[in-house]
Amino acid sequence: MKILVCLSNVPDTTTKIKLSGDKSAVDMTGVQWVINPWDELALTRALDLKEKSGGKIEKITVITVGESYTEPTIRKALAVGADDAVRINMMPTDDYEVASNIAAYLKDNPYEIVLSGIESSDYNGSAVGGMLAEFLKVPSVSSVSFLDIEGEEPILKREIPGGTETVKVPVPFVAIVQKGIALDPRIPAMRGIMMARKKPLTVVEPTGESAKSTFIEFGMPQPKAKVKMIDPENAGELITLLHEEAKII
Amino acid sequence: MSVIVYTENWDGKFKKSSYELVSYAHAIATELGVETIAVSIGQVADDQLNVLANYGATKVLCAINEKFTVLDNAAYASVIARAAKANNASVVVFANNFTGKAVAPRVAVKLEAGMANSVTALPISFDPFVVPKNISNGKANGKQQINSEIKVISLAQNSFGLKENEGTLTIEAYDAELDDSKFSTQLVEKNTVSGKIILTDAELVVSGGRGMKSPDNWGPIEELASILGAGIACSRPVADEGWRPHSEHVGQTGKVIAPNLYIACGISGAIQHLAGVNSSKVMVAINTDPEAPFFEAADYGILGDVKTVLPQLVEAAKKFKAHQ
Repeated sequence: MKILVCLSNVPDTTTKIKLSGDKSAVDMTGVQWVINPWDELALTRALDLKEKSGGKIEKITVITVGESYTEPTIRKALAVGADDAVRINMMPTDDYEVASNIAAYLKDNPYEIVLSGIESSDYNGSAVGGMLAEFLKVPSVSSVSFLDIEGEEPILKREIPGGTETVKVPVPFVAIVQKGIALDPRIPAMRGIMMARKKPLTVVEPTGESAKSTFIEFGMPQPKAKVKMIDPENAGELITLLHEEAKII
Repeated sequence: MSVIVYTENWDGKFKKSSYELVSYAHAIATELGVETIAVSIGQVADDQLNVLANYGATKVLCAINEKFTVLDNAAYASVIARAAKANNASVVVFANNFTGKAVAPRVAVKLEAGMANSVTALPISFDPFVVPKNISNGKANGKQQINSEIKVISLAQNSFGLKENEGTLTIEAYDAELDDSKFSTQLVEKNTVSGKIILTDAELVVSGGRGMKSPDNWGPIEELASILGAGIACSRPVADEGWRPHSEHVGQTGKVIAPNLYIACGISGAIQHLAGVNSSKVMVAINTDPEAPFFEAADYGILGDVKTVLPQLVEAAKKFKAHQ
């Protein structure tokens, strides 16, 4: 069994957002790139499963759709334990393009389990996993907070409003994962970083469909009105303000 | 031509968010001069379906199959995409919630449609079709142009509100022609907590952070939430410490919520936390640290100890409710 983890290369969450002069792009100069947090948790779980599988899971591959500047992020995934990596060499414009290109690659390179994070922290897209499953015509399970393999059979938990459901789907499938799938991401050790340099990173040219949408302009949120401070000795005043001024209760 | 809106039901009932979604779809349909058609999957009684007319739906297509009791992303997507094609849809609208996230991307691929998720308002223009959405967890916003013939969009929760509309609708049974082979998701076990306010639906939320000091101090939060009819949430360290269940964690990697009111008790307001709550309409921060970043984001602030502040809020809320 082989597991593929889709990685998105995103700016670190604490990055201060700057726009380009004409507002047509987010200015990425000086940005610290990281693995999208949900994808990182997916990778962590994939590695845990492989380690306890006793050889049944042969390989964990990571895949990224991006230009060469995404390679340090891919190397980080190799450094924490992924076996090999694929980079589809293009600058994708939307989720459709990303999913279509990964699907095109997978036609000749099948995996039993594909993991994808539920959202990307840059453009807050959340469609790649579901779109990929549809392109591949395989089942998808979303909001997955737990994945295990019992014997030959994968078992998943998904977070539904007010609870969880344990479900099974036949392989191959796409699991779109969220918090809970793993607790803390792995931190690369020096040995891992050294080994990562020798692991295969295959660069392939795009063969999928083009984007169906594009961002045309960006803006910054309206500055918020200054906070209204309430006397801590008379905190009950808040309830009155929420009712009379904010009209929220 | 039509705007198709997927109206999810929960045990045969719609929620306020369903009506918000129909209101939104109807506003788009009005601009385009086309019909608003709801698609309902699973058993829903006619009196429930008829309520959708109050928000602008003129027709509702009801797909019924006993297998629909378990969400199967591919099967649900088949029903909605088929209905969209049959009714010559120009826009297909979903809620950006659990089911919307699971199903909408598959529908987009079936319709060869571009998709914008977590859209925050009506389209800015219809030709070209441009919608506004938040990016970087609300630190910036973007205008996304969809170029395909059919557009799939999901609406950020609590971002449009209800718009009532006079009208009636026709209810049609919809045969999605799905055979059993189209269903592949097998339910093994379901665990739900009944009677508890579902966090992502809650209009008011009271939330606690590390400043609560101990899991034993949650009494006043629970009491305040119960008086106000609010949901209970927490910050990541609180969930990671096991003080509260992970299901209550809101923030970048936890749940993203957009209630009308968010009261943060002893939460400093790290950027990862704010990412999950900054779409709230009104935010209140209670903290002993005047430098806490939450005071920058909040509408109301109380610089004080939750230990002494929360009991005052409980008393004031009790009085308020008693006078209502």
